[in-house]
Amino acid sequence: SVNPDLASERQTASFSVEKLTAWLDGGAERTQLRRAVVEAIERDPVFSRENQYFQSQNESYEAAVRKAVHLQKKMHEMGWTDDGPEFKYIYRALSGDLAFLLHRIFIRSISVLGSDKQIAKWIPLATQYQLIGSYAQTELGHGTYLQGLETTAVFDITTQEFVLNTPNISAMKWWPGDMGRSATHTVVFAQLYINGKCYGLHPFIVQIRSLQDHSLCPGITAGDIGPKMNFEHIDNGYLMLQNVRVPRENMLSKFCEVQPDGTYVRRGSQKINYFTMTTVRISLISDEVVIPLMKACTIAIRYSVVRRQSKLKPREQEAKILDYQTQQEKLLPQLAAAYAFYFISDYLQELFNRGYREIQRKNFDMLPELHAFSSGFKAMVTQYSTSAVQICLQACGGHGYSLLSGLPSLYTKIFASCIYEGENTILLLQTARFLIKCFMAASTGQSVPPSVTYLAAVTPEKCPAKNKLDFLSPDIYTEAYQHMAARLISSTAAKLQDLIQSGVKKHDAWNQCTVQLAQAAKAHCHYITVKNFAETVEKLETQPGIQKIMKHLCDLFALHGIFSNAGVFLHDGYISGAQMDMVTASYLDLLAVIRKDAVPLVDAFDFTDKTLNSALGSYDGQVYQRLYEWAQKSPTNKQMSPAYERYLKPLLHKTLSKL
Amino acid sequence: TTTMMMNADLRRERAAATFQPELLTHILDGGAERTRRRKEIEALVINDPDFQHEDLNFLSRSQRYEQAIRKSSLMVMKLREYGIADPDEIYWFKSFVHRGRPEPLDLHLGMFLPTLLTQATPEQQDRFFMPAWNLEIIGTYAQTEMGHGTHLRGLETTATYDPATQEFILNSPTVTSIKWWPGGLGKTSNHAIVLAQLYTQGQCKGLHAFIVPIRQLGTHEPLPGITVGDIGPKFGYDEMDNGYLKMDNFRIPRENMLMKYAQVEPDGTYVKPLSDKLTYGTMVFIRSLIVGDSARSLSRACTIAIRYSAVRHQSELKPGEPEPQILDYQTQQYKLFPLLATAYAFHFVGAYIKDTYHRISGDIHKGDLSELPELHALTAGLKAFTSWTANAGIEECRMACGGHGYSRCSGIPDIYVTFTPSCTYEGENTVMMLQTARFLVKSYTQVSSGQQVTGMVSYLNDLSRQRIQPQHVAARSVAVRINDPVSLVEAYKARAARLVEAAAKNLQAELNHRKSKEDAWNRTSVDLVRASEAHCHYVIVKLFTAKLAEISNAAVRAVLTELCLLYALYGISKNTGDFLQAGILTDAQITQVNQRVKELLAIIRPNAVALVDSFDFHDVHLGSVLGRYDGNVYENMFEWAKKSPLNKTEVHESFHKHLKPMQSKL
Repeated sequence: SVNPDLASERQTASFSVEKLTAWLDGGAERTQLRRAVVEAIERDPVFSRENQYFQSQNESYEAAVRKAVHLQKKMHEMGWTDDGPEFKYIYRALSGDLAFLLHRIFIRSISVLGSDKQIAKWIPLATQYQLIGSYAQTELGHGTYLQGLETTAVFDITTQEFVLNTPNISAMKWWPGDMGRSATHTVVFAQLYINGKCYGLHPFIVQIRSLQDHSLCPGITAGDIGPKMNFEHIDNGYLMLQNVRVPRENMLSKFCEVQPDGTYVRRGSQKINYFTMTTVRISLISDEVVIPLMKACTIAIRYSVVRRQSKLKPREQEAKILDYQTQQEKLLPQLAAAYAFYFISDYLQELFNRGYREIQRKNFDMLPELHAFSSGFKAMVTQYSTSAVQICLQACGGHGYSLLSGLPSLYTKIFASCIYEGENTILLLQTARFLIKCFMAASTGQSVPPSVTYLAAVTPEKCPAKNKLDFLSPDIYTEAYQHMAARLISSTAAKLQDLIQSGVKKHDAWNQCTVQLAQAAKAHCHYITVKNFAETVEKLETQPGIQKIMKHLCDLFALHGIFSNAGVFLHDGYISGAQMDMVTASYLDLLAVIRKDAVPLVDAFDFTDKTLNSALGSYDGQVYQRLYEWAQKSPTNKQMSPAYERYLKPLLHKTLSKL
Repeated sequence: TTTMMMNADLRRERAAATFQPELLTHILDGGAERTRRRKEIEALVINDPDFQHEDLNFLSRSQRYEQAIRKSSLMVMKLREYGIADPDEIYWFKSFVHRGRPEPLDLHLGMFLPTLLTQATPEQQDRFFMPAWNLEIIGTYAQTEMGHGTHLRGLETTATYDPATQEFILNSPTVTSIKWWPGGLGKTSNHAIVLAQLYTQGQCKGLHAFIVPIRQLGTHEPLPGITVGDIGPKFGYDEMDNGYLKMDNFRIPRENMLMKYAQVEPDGTYVKPLSDKLTYGTMVFIRSLIVGDSARSLSRACTIAIRYSAVRHQSELKPGEPEPQILDYQTQQYKLFPLLATAYAFHFVGAYIKDTYHRISGDIHKGDLSELPELHALTAGLKAFTSWTANAGIEECRMACGGHGYSRCSGIPDIYVTFTPSCTYEGENTVMMLQTARFLVKSYTQVSSGQQVTGMVSYLNDLSRQRIQPQHVAARSVAVRINDPVSLVEAYKARAARLVEAAAKNLQAELNHRKSKEDAWNRTSVDLVRASEAHCHYVIVKLFTAKLAEISNAAVRAVLTELCLLYALYGISKNTGDFLQAGILTDAQITQVNQRVKELLAIIRPNAVALVDSFDFHDVHLGSVLGRYDGNVYENMFEWAKKSPLNKTEVHESFHKHLKPMQSKL
């Protein structure tokens, strides 16, 4: 039975949850398909996550391998394919706790970087799991800055082989997933040398483990990099190469080739490489960031209407903690952000699809914009969402700290997204470089991509809002964001120019402005997110019930941003002190409005209890019962404590004389 | 020798420092003599073979618990053997033994024994104290329930007096009333001090404490009527067996109620306690420890991140030159140096509260409680402010270490998961901020009605004088000099005054709008929390600034002044809205502040490593491969990884179980 405190929340929903779910999925048929896939996965005991929180590193790795192997069978049975519409839902149902994800990157990198001949040779082997692949780029001493990688591949004309080496400890490959224990092959990125000349970074297929007994191949040192904050199910690995020889044909050669006589040939455009990174960043926003954030909101908000604490009115029952303004102010902006990022992720996907079509027509014009967008949004969304999940965790008080709440694992997982696929600060600076360039172009009247034409637009000097209700107008706040982003970008550009004109070297000037540049890039992404949210709401006119609540969320997201970054909006007087008080008033009013629909709004995300795997967040709200039952399953309660006989007993008895 | 082994970058950094780190260490320790003694105890523990063990990162939870119990029992014996009895020295000893982590006897030593001392009658002390001191009895303190935390009156456990047998009958009437979280309860303790609603003669007399045996002496099996166990895996605290406890008609003798204050007579008559404001004192003390802990935890994270950033090279700053140390990037400095300054600020604040507490605890014993309410209110807010800031700061440090920060070998994950619960325990932070706000609003009301207030809130007195002019408090301009810490204290003061006034006025407006007192309070609580934060921020800037005057060594004072300025200016740049809106600073000044922050980053840069060396964490205590004193990071990461449980066999068993069968099938 559903906890009455949770049931009552659902009775007063201002909109149809089912309709919102269908809209979020992109149609009721999609919802149906998603549910069917999730159900098929959850019914299968091999995919159970019941013991997830009790597993050791070894056990979780083994479970991930078992699931990955079983999934192959399952997909075959169900007629699902890797590139079918179901895969996204499979991943969602398994919460990504699956081995061989890097195997997929291995396949993708060969498809993108390999010649037709290489594709014909390796892809069938990989898709049939005759080998398991990984992707070895990052080194112990080198991450985002690829030119700094130290691994070498020297061409030996006499044997027609490349000789790969790890010249020193910082050059050891470090972090690649699936490489610590599972992989038999990996794509190694190394500096190519021919006749003593360095030709830069190239990818090589290297076998690292025997296909017979899985032992390490000669010259290979490889293993697991040890325990991490999360991803214990993944065997992130290290790899050291000592005079490892691979045939000339193992260098992936779609774009560059070393001919038998050592001649280096480059062909085609490498720009497409950028595109791979763009794809990965965009898909990670939806799969690794927005979904965990939605889950965290679901758990924290459901728990906050079940948990009662202290009294709001004397002689009444203790109040639901979601009725406290401070709790609303913690959680509801995160809920609004979850929706905002869900929509921005759709927007990016669409932009990406458009870009893809252009690229197929050999038009690379959109690439810089796509690249800047994927970098900036990856950084902004991961950073924002990481702190949002942390807020959800802390808002659940003591019980949030239990692994059984599900929140610690969501947090540690989303946290990693700030680092992988490009460290966030570096990514923001890449976006900033694009913005500065566009600003310069725009101010000299040159044409710029549509997303940044605002940099040259003339906007009013002052925000026209007259009362707090004016701040519920998307035009008013979107313009404020636009003004703010444009101001930060133009003032940083001016600062850069001043420094350069005063004789500071270009790179020094850049480093001296990086704090401001990163802030400007974030402001740009924030603005686009608000604008896109407002546009999404506008398009909802056929569904007035949903439109109304989405409008509230959009307002909340926008006003929360102004409220918590008041300084940048006040700075040049665009928003006055009196107007800032209006923003605050409207913002706080909205909390109480959205409070009423908070539970339906998380119900609409439609996570099953098994997907959430949280004692605090399940649909029925039987929080305490579940927490108690789950705790009893803990290994610490099933076995007699080994410490008792060995240490406690002597402590309690024998040693007493010594004390 | 050590110098030869030291990473060249770190050696250069240390050689370039403008001050002697030892001198700063002495200041942090409270004198050279205390540093000497701390290091003596540190050596005693760290060189003791009994306290060695495998890296905890490679152990299961159960093994970590086992190691902790082993070390704790040895610790208790050795402390007595060495005759270490001073509270600070015990703290050091314990902290080195357990490397800053919690341990299963924490509640026994920190709550069970002290509660017996303060709340047990002499007769009860005879029965329980010595056995507990000798660890025949291991106890815990069971207050929190599954459904109830900070709000104590909501606790549901009952203790009903039965005059026929002269016993209390303890019950956990609902699932939500199950005791949940107490440390050492799950597996270690055989007794617990249980807080329960006392019922006698048909009436509820509120919460009282009872000594409840929970496990059989000898077999350690739970007693009939007791259900007890471990609450399962957590984010951190692996060493600690946080537990649950359910009682079904469990009977204890009347003499097991702690009766120094309140009493139940044999016939069931209840005797009320004398007023008991003393518990305030304990709370102040414990929260002051959390402020100190915020400082230490953040210092550890800064030590790791800053040393690693001096060792790590990445990318290029100047075309054609070798990859620079990542600490040379402005963005990296901007992440780390304000946190370093914060760590120092919190050290001084923690020391101040502790000193103040000790100063006035004499008065408290004499019955003079006049200074206590303010200290209590201030400590609540500072506990919340510092733990929130440190919590976020530790994560920022981890993020600044890139991918390697995410590995357990960095040590930062452990610091974080150990520290983060302090935002919740000993008073949930938002609740704490609102307690401080209550005091601020009360002080504001006093001032409004013409009375003077004293202490840290005395700035509110100025408000009444301002009210002659019908303008916003802060519209009066403070001529802020951004290079003068004393002037910045004034700016923070003005901001606090403005936000306290705004919150108090909004509260009044809600009250005027037909709202009940509680409703009005709730509808103003976001403003109230902001006011408390501004007040705490002011206090911290003020205390840091005041500390500078006490530093005699010029080189140390210079570098601390830079840190103090950075702390104050960074705080302004992160809260520009407050300062702009109140007219305390102009747009132009804010631009200057932002610029000055960046200049200070460059000024502090050469001393960054020396400033973390001054925290003087032993490598064993720091527990980080990235933060090693010698900076030999990469070699040791490899050595560490080789010990990982997944590497125990070269071919993992999963290959035979899953991979091989699949490969042959497909």
